[in-house]
Order: sequence, then C-alpha cells, then structure tokens
Amino acid sequence: MDATQRTIQLLLKPGQHDGEGQRVAEAASRHLGLATGRVQSTALYTVRYPVSDEQLRDFATRCLQDPVLHEVALDEFRHGADYKSYILVAKLPGVTDDEGISAQNALGDFLNEPLDTHTQHIFSKRLYFLEQELPESSLRRLAEELLGNKMINRFEVGPIAQIRDYTPRPGGGAESITDTVRLVGLSDEELVKLSKDNLYALNLEEMRAVRDHYTSIQAERQAAGLPQDPTDCELEIVAQTWSEHCKHKEFSAVIKYRDADTGEEFEVDSLFKTYIKNATSEVDRQLRANGNDWLIKVFSDNAGAVRINPESLFVWKVETHNSPSAIDPYGGAITGILGNNRDPLATGIGGARLLFNTNVLCFGNPEFNGTLLSNQLHPRRIFEGVRKGIEDGGNKSGVPTVNGAIVFDDRYAGKPLVYCGTGAVMPMQLAGLDSWEKKIDAQDRIIMAGGRVGKDGIHGATFSSIELDETSPATAVQIGSPITQKLAMDFLILATRRGLIKCSTDNGAGGLSSSIGELATISGGAVVELEKVPLKYPGLRPWEIFVSESQERFSLAVEPAKMDELLALGREMEVELTDIGYFTADGSLDVRFDGKSVARIDMEFLHNGVPRKVLEAEWQKPAAQEPAVEIRQNGVETHICVSPLNDQSRAIWASNLSNDETQICVSTTDVLFKLLGSLNICSRESVIRQYDHEVKGRTIIKPLMGATGQAPQDAAVVRFNFESWEGVAVSNGILPRFGDLDAYDMSAGAFDEAVRQIVAVGGKLPNLSYGDGNFWSVNDNFCVPDSVYDPATNPDGKLKLAKLVRMCQALRDATAAYCIPLTSGKDSMKNDFKADGVKISVPPTVLYSMTAKIEDVRRTITSDFKQADDVVYLLGETYDELGGSEFYQLFHELGANVPKVRFEEAKALYTLMGQANDQGLIQSCHDVSDGGLAVALAEATFGYGFGAEVELPEGLPVSVQLFAESHSRFVATVAPEDVVAFEQHFGPRATRLGVVTQDSQLTVRHAGQTIISASTAALRHEWTNGPVNRIIGFGQHAEA
Amino acid sequence: MEGQQPRTTTQQPVQALILTGFGINCEEEYAAAYRLAGAEATIVHLNEVMHGHVSIHDYDILNFPGGFSFGDDLGSGVVLANKLRYRKNAAGRTLLDDIREFIANGKFVMGICNGFQVLVKLGLLPNLGGDVTPEVTLTHNASGRYEDRWVRLKVNPKSNSPFLKGIDSLEVPVRHGEGRLIIKGEETLAEIEARGLNCLAYTDYDGSPTDVYPHNPNGADLNCAGLTDTTGQVFGLMPHPEAFLSLYNHPDWARRKRQNPGLSEEGDGLKLFRNIVEHVQGQRQTVPQEASQFSS
Repeated sequence: MDATQRTIQLLLKPGQHDGEGQRVAEAASRHLGLATGRVQSTALYTVRYPVSDEQLRDFATRCLQDPVLHEVALDEFRHGADYKSYILVAKLPGVTDDEGISAQNALGDFLNEPLDTHTQHIFSKRLYFLEQELPESSLRRLAEELLGNKMINRFEVGPIAQIRDYTPRPGGGAESITDTVRLVGLSDEELVKLSKDNLYALNLEEMRAVRDHYTSIQAERQAAGLPQDPTDCELEIVAQTWSEHCKHKEFSAVIKYRDADTGEEFEVDSLFKTYIKNATSEVDRQLRANGNDWLIKVFSDNAGAVRINPESLFVWKVETHNSPSAIDPYGGAITGILGNNRDPLATGIGGARLLFNTNVLCFGNPEFNGTLLSNQLHPRRIFEGVRKGIEDGGNKSGVPTVNGAIVFDDRYAGKPLVYCGTGAVMPMQLAGLDSWEKKIDAQDRIIMAGGRVGKDGIHGATFSSIELDETSPATAVQIGSPITQKLAMDFLILATRRGLIKCSTDNGAGGLSSSIGELATISGGAVVELEKVPLKYPGLRPWEIFVSESQERFSLAVEPAKMDELLALGREMEVELTDIGYFTADGSLDVRFDGKSVARIDMEFLHNGVPRKVLEAEWQKPAAQEPAVEIRQNGVETHICVSPLNDQSRAIWASNLSNDETQICVSTTDVLFKLLGSLNICSRESVIRQYDHEVKGRTIIKPLMGATGQAPQDAAVVRFNFESWEGVAVSNGILPRFGDLDAYDMSAGAFDEAVRQIVAVGGKLPNLSYGDGNFWSVNDNFCVPDSVYDPATNPDGKLKLAKLVRMCQALRDATAAYCIPLTSGKDSMKNDFKADGVKISVPPTVLYSMTAKIEDVRRTITSDFKQADDVVYLLGETYDELGGSEFYQLFHELGANVPKVRFEEAKALYTLMGQANDQGLIQSCHDVSDGGLAVALAEATFGYGFGAEVELPEGLPVSVQLFAESHSRFVATVAPEDVVAFEQHFGPRATRLGVVTQDSQLTVRHAGQTIISASTAALRHEWTNGPVNRIIGFGQHAEA
Repeated sequence: MEGQQPRTTTQQPVQALILTGFGINCEEEYAAAYRLAGAEATIVHLNEVMHGHVSIHDYDILNFPGGFSFGDDLGSGVVLANKLRYRKNAAGRTLLDDIREFIANGKFVMGICNGFQVLVKLGLLPNLGGDVTPEVTLTHNASGRYEDRWVRLKVNPKSNSPFLKGIDSLEVPVRHGEGRLIIKGEETLAEIEARGLNCLAYTDYDGSPTDVYPHNPNGADLNCAGLTDTTGQVFGLMPHPEAFLSLYNHPDWARRKRQNPGLSEEGDGLKLFRNIVEHVQGQRQTVPQEASQFSS
C-alpha cells in the first residue's frame, strides 16, 4: 500500500442485512449465469491528505461509520472468513466522484480546516468479496456488466489473497501546447481523413470551406502575427460550432423531394424554416390578432418562453441524450437530465425555478436473448442504467418527474432514445429588466460558474453528430453531479434576483467554445483567457479546455461593477466563480493562453460560414397489406381469428391455432389480457415509483392515481405555486410504429396524441376566445437514422429523408389546425449503431412534448371511473384503422390502414370538451391510444375496482371497435343527472357505451353476445405483472 | 447564556426558520406549510447560519427539510450532521451547541425525510441519554430501492409532542430510499416504546401498524415512521406532511371529491403545522413569563 495514502474500509456489522451484496449475487445468477455464493459489499475510502493515525481513526469512526451498522477497518482489506474472490471497483482518472468529494467535505468540517473540495483528496471505491473462487474472466465479466462500466471504472479482480488496489492519478504530462494543423493546400482525400481522424465530423464540402477560408485570409493572419494554417483550437471551435448538433445542417439544407408514386417533385428550402418556424410565425399572427400575445420567445436562446400571467413566464425545453446513453446508460441519462435542466435555468438573464421533469425513453426489447454486437450493451442494461440515471438526476435535484413514456422496439437496440424535458417558471422582470432578454456589452466580464473542467465529454457535440461504432471515444462519456448543479442552481436563482447577472448560458455540447461563442454574437466578440479556467487536474491542452463538456457549468455575463458582490455571493454559497475574460465588439473570438494566441476566429465566418447542404429525398408508399380478420362465435365465447401474412406468429400462437391451421383464433377476452400484458402497454409502476413525482408539493395529476394508486393518467398537471390554483398540463406524443406505414400520419398522430392527452385532463385549445391567455408551448424532437443518401453506405437514405420531410409536413399541418405554437425543438440526425458489419437504425421518430395552461387545477379530470351508475361514452369516431396497432403487433402484423388525424373534426370535438368541462359535465376522461377502446376501458377501472357494462354499437367489426387506434377519441363518464345535458352538448360526437358498475366486472357486449367478460382485478393483475415490472422488479422487503 | 432571542409578544407571528442549501430541496413547500398555518416562514441558506449572519435564536421553530443534503453520498444526512457537529464558527461554537441551547429554551425542532435523517445522525433523536449520541439509525429500505408512494400513519397515543396533538391518523407520501429505522439494542427499543417516542407507525388499510410491504414501505423497527425526543420538542419523520397541504395532492382526490363535494380542500399534512403554530401561540398567551425564563 502506498505510504502516502491511507485506506478506510466500512463493513456491515455481523447480523446487518447486506442488501447490495445480495442483489449482486442474484443478478449474477439471473443475468450472467454465474454462481458467486454469498457476496459481501464494502465501501473503501482512500485518503491522500496528510492526517495522523488518530485523525484518520476519529474521522473514520465519527464521520464515516454509522455506529449502528458498520465496523471500520483501517489500512487493510477486511473480509469474512469464507470468501475466496474479490472485485474492486474504482473510478478512472477524472471521473466525477461525488462520494469521495462528500467524504472530503466531511473531513474538512471534522478538522475545521478549509479543504479545497475542487482538488480531490479522498477517493471512493467499492470492494466486493465472493464466496466462490471464480476465474478472473468471470469476475471481470461480472464487474463490467453488473458493477460498473469500463468506460468510467477501473476494475481489479482475483483471488482474495492477492487484492490489488487502484487509486486514480489524473492528469500529468501534457503541456499547454497549441499546434497548427496543416490545412492550406490539402487534397480532398486528406481533408476527409483529417476530419475523421480528429473527430471533427465535418464533411468534405465543409472541410473545403474551412480550407478556402484560411487560404483567403493568409495575408491578414500574417499581418496579425498568426500562423497561416489554423490552430488545433480553431479547428475544434469550427467543428463544434458547425456540428449537426449545434447547427442543424440537415434541417437547414435544401431538399429535393420526389414522390415516386405520383411523380410530384418540389424543393424544400430548409425544413426548419418552411415547416417549423414559418408555421409558428403564422400561429403567432393568428394569436396576436385575437388578443393572445403570450408567445414571448421562440426558437432562440436555450428554451422557449410563454407568458403565464403578468408576473411570470413559463419556460420549456426538451432534448435528447441518445449517443452517451448508448455507451454509458446511467451517465448518459443523468447528464441528459441535468443538461436539459440547465437550458431553462439559463434562458434570458437566467435563474428560472425548475418546476418539473418529464422523460420519454425508447429501448430495444429488454428480454432480447440473441447475440450482441461488439460494444453493444444489452437493452435491459440500457433500460436499467437510464432509469437509474433519471432517478438520481431528478430526485437529487429536487425536481419532480411528473410523467413520461417508454416505447419498446427492436430497432432501438443499437441507440436508445432518451428524451429529457424540463419546465420552469421565471419572473417577467428580474431586478427591473425583462427576464427573457439577453443583453451583453463590450467589457462585460465572462464568468464561468459551477464545476471544473476535465477531459470528460471532449467531443460530445461532434460525437453525437456521427453514428456510433465500436471505436467510439471514451472521453465522450460524462458523469453528472446533481449536487454540484443544485448548488449552482440555488446560486443562479439568488444572483439573478439581485441583479448581479446580465445574462447566462449553459455549458453543454461544445463546452466554453459553444457557450461563449454564442454569447459573443450578442456583443460582437470576446477575449477568453484559458489559463484562468479552473481544471479538475493538470494536463489539458488549451483546445481541450475550450471544448470540454465537463458538466454543471454556466457561463455568465457580468457588469464589471457587479463583480465584487457576485464573487462574495459565490463564496457564501460555495459555488466556484472564475473570471475568464471579457466580451468585445471587434468581430472576433479571441482565445488566449498565458497571453499567447490560441485561436482567433472571425465571428461571421464561424457562425455563417458553413456551406448549405443539398439533399435528395424520394418517397414511395410501402407495400402494405391488411391481414384477414374474422369474428367467430364459439359457443358462448367470441373469438377473433387472424390469418397472418407473417409466419413468425404461428409458432407463438400454436396453442390457439384453429383446426385448418391457417388462422390464429383467440377469444376476445384473451386478446385484451394479452394486450394489457404486452411490452408497450403494461404498467410502468416499478419505474414510476422510483422517481420522485411530487417533490415541491405541486403535482396534482401524477402518472398513477386512484385509491389503488394504479390508474394510469394521460397528462400530468402541476400547479405553479401555493398562492393560486393556476397550473400547467404536460403531455408527450410519440408513435414510431405508425411511421412504418406513413411517416406523415405517424407525425400527425403523435401531435394529436399529445393534444388529446391535455384535453383529456381538462386543458383547452388555445385562442378559442379573444385574449383568453390560454398558453400552449410545444417542443418537437426529431430522432432519425442517417438520412443522407449514399449509394454504398446508406442506399435507402432518400426514403429516410422523405419520411423526415413528411413528418415535418404533418407538423406544419397540425400546428396550423390547432393554432398551437412550437416554442423550441431539437433534431438528432444519426441514430445508427454500426458494429461487426451490421447497422441498427432507429425508426424515424418524433416526440411532441406539450404544455398548456390550466386555469384552475381543481377542475382537472382524471382517467379513472369515479362512481357506479355513471354513464360511459366514447367521444370521437372509430374508423377501420387497425394498421400499426398493438392488436396487430400481437400477431406480428403491421397491416395497412394507418390511423389518420382528421384535424377539423378533432378540433371541433376538443372545443366541445372544453365547454363541457366548464359546465362540469365530465367525471372521468381517458384518451384512447395503444390497444384501443378495450384497453382504455380496462385502464379506467384500475383506480378503485369499479366495473363497467358496455354494449358496442352496430357497424364496424368488433375487432376494429375494440382495438383500432383511431385518433382523437376518449372514454368519458358522466353523472346520471348530467346525461341529458351531455348528450345535447355533444350530439353525434358522443356514443353511449354503457354504465360504471359496482361489481368489479368488465363486460362488453355486441349484438346480443358477450364478447369480453373479465374481473377488473384480474385485468389489473395482468397489466401490473407485465414484462416491465417483472424486469425492473417490484419493491419487496428482502429476507434478512 | 449567549444568543438570547428578543422577547416576543403575542402579536408577533410565530417564526419558522427553514434551512436550505447543499442539496436540500423541499424548502419551498415547507415554507408554504407554515404560511398556510399562519406563521411567518424564512428560508435561509445553511451557510448564513453557519457564518453567523442569521441566528436560530430569533425563531420559534427550526426546520430541516427533505432533499439530498450533500448528495447523501455517505449515507443520508451524514455529511450535514457532521457539519453541524464539528464545524466551528469564529467564536468556537458549533451549530449543534446552538441547537441544544435552542431546545433548552423550550423551542421546537422539526425534520422531514432528509431532515429527519440529519436529526437522527446528529443524535438529537431520540436522545434518550441526553448527550446527543446516535442511538438509532436510518438506512436503506428493506426493498433496496427508493420509492414514492402514499402511506397511512397512526399517531402513538402515548406521544407527548405538540406537533401531533389531536391527530389519530393521517395519509402522506413517502419519498425515500433510506428510511428504515434500526434501533440498536433491546433496551433502547424498550425505552423508546415505553416513553412513546415512536410517535408515528405505518399502518394497513384497517389502521393497524404493519410490517407488510408496501404499507410499511421500508421495514422499519417498530413499524416506526417518526420519532420525538423525550421532551416532544424535537420531532422528525420520514414521510412528507408538507407534500399534502391541499386535498389535490392526494392520488384519489378526484373520486373523493365526487363522493363528497363538501370535502375540505386542506390536506392531512397541514394539521401538523397548524398544531405547532397554535401551540407556540398558546404558549405565549398562557405562560409568557415561563417562556422568558427558559431563555436565560
């Protein structure tokens, strides 16, 4: 053992339950088939701070040890007598170690010495002992797959007699060198190679543009004493700024679109401008014409903002963090959340108060049992890691996770999609200024606040702009520290209210390069002194300091006169603030290290020099076919018989095959059970309950409600404060499978799904009356596979791009139809995973994340039935639209008739619903979506155990009536005394289905036959014990 | 004795001090609870107290909210408790010294969730020996996981704490991963029970204390959800009463309201805060002389 470092080990006392050890043993057996015997878990703290023996012992026993639970071992690795193997899990150099830092905090308090917590003196590790003597390869596998991630952890394993310790020694070696990169005179091939080798993620044309720029300014640079070729830092800055992640080059491209079926051709001059920005401008015009001027900030700054009332703004942002989550699911998700939190926090002047988080996740099948590709993580592991990241990211920040969605599809097995959304509230005025404006003048200081800079996250922006393969860089992984960010957040809230900050921005993708680069466009330039940037450890090159994406950092613009007060507040609140330069107006971004130039770039070239892409799109309707479906009466039971086009189904349903073996026949009741237990419909309770969904005490509609706490809800509702009943509804619309039939209908459907969820809980469409002030704020998030055509590597690129165009067209149409504005959005364009010659691409996916004002949260509506004898209605119309349904999915069929949104009819219905809610006519309301009417009816019984007796009308086949996923529909209940008024109000838009019953039975009849008969307890049991809760596991008291 | 509070009069509102900073995150709803109960609530960063800018002695009730103080990395509440116990101010006093004096002055201390964990790790609860040595601990739930779910609590009729006066039972959410109370030794356990310091118990639907999951969400000894010290002035609990201030926090509010349109819009949790605010007001009205004796 190193003489200068000491070790403290905490072990559970005999008789104390080792829950962690037990879970490791169970998981090793269940997931890896490894018999470990008992596992003992212990905590290790390595102290590299000079302490006496007595101080070490006292620190260990008084500060680290829980006297009830632990025993302490000093400078030894103590273990039970029966153990044979060990696994040590340490962190790699520079990886965030909150536990070590906390211990260091405690040591400083204990010694009453100021102990700089930014330099690491204590390192936390876990040391496990296993009863069985396992070979090193098995131990290493256990360590890498269950205990940590080789991207962030260092493992030592082996027989217990030879325990090797490891303590990271970060940094050292590299000097503050700035190199130039030869560019002028390079050939095309050399340019492409340079971009790939250095992970610039720039294509040939972009590289040429950079080269030509430097060729053209040779004389100027020479005159200024600068090298002819760009410096490494300059090229990095250009690469970050021009990355797809930051510049949205494909959304800004010229697209030549052709419809192969009709021969129609047209050109799109920027998807963003044509379908998103212009559509929102038109909506804003209509809103303003009708006295609704609540749209304050759209498509600029870190998040969009709308006005709640004369005092406050609602700020709303949703982003993705897909690539990092594929490599390190926990780290990817937690930094996704914390990073997205920083967007509303740093909008305008900054200092919004976070109100809620929401998350939408897309994973491969967690029960996948095939062979994984190189460096591909198992979908179950991605799921569990991401879930834990969201738990820690939200819970430890004190931001409630109020709702979300999880979508499973095998095509997300390469790259998962991790969407993180955050809503926040900001005063309209901060210290007398408009809070949403960003103002900077030359000579204002640049302050970096929060965490320090390390090598973590270098190249995140460019990395997320390329597809993943087996060589993806480890440095792109970052670990979030919620506690560091919470401190910075508390500080920002106070400092902005005291008028100490002129404006702020988040250090996310691209790090300082991106945040200062963007802020500098306001004043017209900046000088950055990189030697002042506080580092986690030495050994970073200047360009690395400038582009590092180390987390939990903000860049602030501060008037020189406010500096003293600001720095004093930082000291009081223990938030590190560093003056790293100042803004200028000379048109250049000037980066220096110890006075020497590291980069000097013309701002105009940096922000507007990127060449526009020209892309090709070609749409062809897929050849799709409906399987034959027949309803057959089998004695008292009704059977649905499907003739699958797809052979896969037969084996799975073998026991349900009919005599002639061409059809699969299943009782209608069984179909409902199967749907409730299917991956995309079953309960997510085990996930939801591990998120704090009600911290802040303002969550009015939570993800699960009712007396049972198991009735799923449509939109979340959160009140803004404790002084009024105003609040906001939050919903998410995402329907990737429909995109296999038509991406237009998929996108339109997802938009409608999010709207109708908000309508279901009692939200009203915007702009229905003059000056109603009923804000809506929507974020669009496109996640698509590589859609740039290449005959060799991406032969169907034109079709993929055509799908994207159609998704955008639907977005424009939906926005116009409902008069609902987009306020912010993001696109993630390369969601492909390549390894071993195989490519896994996500299906083109769009998520619409919606928020809408709720005037009085006390009048909102939940989905569960409220009282026996209430009358059950279907609102809206069902069409012959089983295409893409969960019902067809049970039979591995896609079908052809994709559900369409009929915007006019939908809008009329939603308007009627708003009026009905004003009169209090609706007692419960549940949106009809995955699984159709049958599933919606079943779910509405889950809150209390009421039943329902339902009679389906004549007309469409019962398979369609029960399971079609036609849009813009609801199951609503009405008190008996309101039935007349309700029916008069809705007219033909409401179909009376039956009544709520006391008897806990769901009975559905059609034409005199009972087609579904089931106990609601059994239905809820099936739903609750579905695959998601089985995989994540239910809570239960472990055996001692 | 140092740090005397100014003499209060009956006209002044009851003053609640709510600490925040370093990962505490339930301070806003905590303050709302006191305001709804008629008190004045002040939220201050812990360092303002540590550095002597704010004195706890100017307040009637000192409150430790929930959250993840210092990330809970060393065990929940540990680092914060450690800071209060060891970090000395310029005058060489720790905040624990001040808190002990505050309690000796007849004032009240409350901790919720992470705040309760701090009071336990600090030895202020249950403090049977009177020397603030930890006698019990709160550790990982028996389920091994963090959970947010609603539970029913029964108030121990033996409890002497003014926080719980007149309350038999209440519903509240738990939101924790380390709420399992473990009591060291049979003697300690017997004394806690004998003195009624286990003031709150998790119960089943019928109101009987239970160790069955999920009614008892963490497997606590004595099915215990909250503790007081022997004076009843120091009170802590794992569940969140400040998260049930209005009817509309409850997961079943919509059905209950339908069943009973006249249902009160106040949540169960608010009762605790009304209790302590009324108690402090009552103390001032009935025994102003006695209250002043405590302070010297």
